Amino acid sequence: MKKKTKNQCGRRGERIFSSACIVPSLLGVLIFFLIPFGIVVYYSLINNPIMKDFVKLDNYSALLENTAFRKAANNTAMFSIVAVPLAVVLSLGLAVLLERNIPGKSAFRTFFLSPLMVPTASVVLVWQVLFHNHGTINQVVELFGGTPVDWLKSQHGQVIIICMFLWKNMGYNMILFMSALSGIPRDILEVADLEGASSWYKFVHIKLRYLSPTILFVLILSLINSFKIFREVYLLTGNYPFDKLYMLQHFMNNTFASLDYQKLSAAAVLFSLVMIVVIAVLLIVENFFGKDVEG
Amino acid sequence: MTLKQKKHTLDVIVTVFIFVAAVMFIMPTVLTIANSFMTSKEISANYGSMFSNMTDDKKTFISENVNLKFIPDKVTFDQYRAVLFKSPDYLMKFWNSVILTVPITLFQLIVAVFASYGFARYPNKVKNIIFFAYIILMLMPYQVTLVPNYLVADKFGMLEAAEKLPFRGAAAFLNVFSMIWTRRAVILPGIFSPFSVFLLTKVMRRIPVSYVEAAKLDGAGEFQILTKIYLPLCKSALVSIGMLVFIDYWNMVEQPLVLMKDAEMHPLSVFLSQINTGDVGLAFAVGAVYMVPTILMFLYGEDYLVEGITYSGGIKG
Repeated sequence: MKKKTKNQCGRRGERIFSSACIVPSLLGVLIFFLIPFGIVVYYSLINNPIMKDFVKLDNYSALLENTAFRKAANNTAMFSIVAVPLAVVLSLGLAVLLERNIPGKSAFRTFFLSPLMVPTASVVLVWQVLFHNHGTINQVVELFGGTPVDWLKSQHGQVIIICMFLWKNMGYNMILFMSALSGIPRDILEVADLEGASSWYKFVHIKLRYLSPTILFVLILSLINSFKIFREVYLLTGNYPFDKLYMLQHFMNNTFASLDYQKLSAAAVLFSLVMIVVIAVLLIVENFFGKDVEG
Repeated sequence: MTLKQKKHTLDVIVTVFIFVAAVMFIMPTVLTIANSFMTSKEISANYGSMFSNMTDDKKTFISENVNLKFIPDKVTFDQYRAVLFKSPDYLMKFWNSVILTVPITLFQLIVAVFASYGFARYPNKVKNIIFFAYIILMLMPYQVTLVPNYLVADKFGMLEAAEKLPFRGAAAFLNVFSMIWTRRAVILPGIFSPFSVFLLTKVMRRIPVSYVEAAKLDGAGEFQILTKIYLPLCKSALVSIGMLVFIDYWNMVEQPLVLMKDAEMHPLSVFLSQINTGDVGLAFAVGAVYMVPTILMFLYGEDYLVEGITYSGGIKG
């Protein structure tokens, strides 16, 4: 490893110690994730594990033509594109509201944070009761003269998972925003007050600017968590849910169950590529926004 | 209306709004707990139509609508008694969850402390590339790492059932060790999951260099800087990350299903996911029992959770 970096303040031994600290973790990651992932990439390029004929991108083109995969990818993308920004905006809104001097603030904070600590499997029955065809939400809908919807089997199925996702993740996002808000230097806000800035102006031009690293961080966390929502969907609907709830994870689980490693490997590699692009974009955004506030 | 009055009305509106939202957030949890005190008759009367394959006797009245109820007609501890004392099944599954989650959380944190220290001190190009790989890996849903995990577990013979225990029937602590050993197909990938490395590195990068310089002047070595400066400063972050990791693995469903052939070893979370084929009457009580460790942890650690994340921001940290 090259040791010549800009940071020359450490002696050689110290730098080696700090690198050595990474080794246990890196070894684990290599053995359990990266090296086998290399094998997955290899699997995605051959026709089957016995013949091992190199078929170039055939598995990928077959995958892209697969209707189940397209549906699953579409659903997952739709969900993440809607749910993740929503989770960011709504929790930021909550954090701003909780900045006010209102009674019982810390109790409210606890309430919002509580879903984080409740195991999915514990509350899944409540979700079933709420969203069932003859369930609570439909009863309320009927009470107000609306037509009930069989939520789990409707075109609006994704609304449910977005709700569950927000319920689970907004509290923690809100906490992150609250601490970032309290970290904004008071003197800048006071100067703005003296200059007669409106609270909207202060929010857009001062607070948002200081919050931008946190917004990115929350975005990343929410993205990770948006893929974890599969647990809830799986617990609610099992392996083969209604069309709109068929996520990429279902597809991969089911392909795994049917031992179609080629398809599965290609899907895994494609997914990783998309994620690399997403992260790269976020990093560029971070570099663009981060410079003037973080230094 | 004066400005002050206007501000006051706004405060009232905000408070009411927040109150309603907060109640909605706590509701599912409260409902689960409240329902766990119902008799199994009442549960099947309320929710029977949800589960066509219920095993209860058909003579009980089953409402066609699913009735969500807050307050049980009759408060009973029968469900809890059944879960905790009647058969050891649930307690065994609960213990399975513990034996998976605790080692994963503990060792993931230990590995992460060292790795984050390495990433945070003397950053260089190679380290940054590795860290980037960690971020990507962290974003992968479990289904993407499932095949790699399965390949490794298969290669190293980790999928074998409990027969090959190294310390079968030995002293109690060896017994625990062998339980962990038989579950290594799930535990080992969990330990090296990069999530806590990512979070902790961000915390450690915020530690001012001046602290380290001061310690160095006092003659502290690198290891002492890690244990005497970095660790104490990261305490609340460590607790909060530990809580996040714990709850994540306490919830796990996919890993055991794929990597543990022996259903006897499955944690309670997997069992709960299949409960609507079993005794629904007990489901709420089991769910409530399953909440106990995480809720206790939350009550103890909420302040850490709030405090421990005041650092964060950005991706690179």
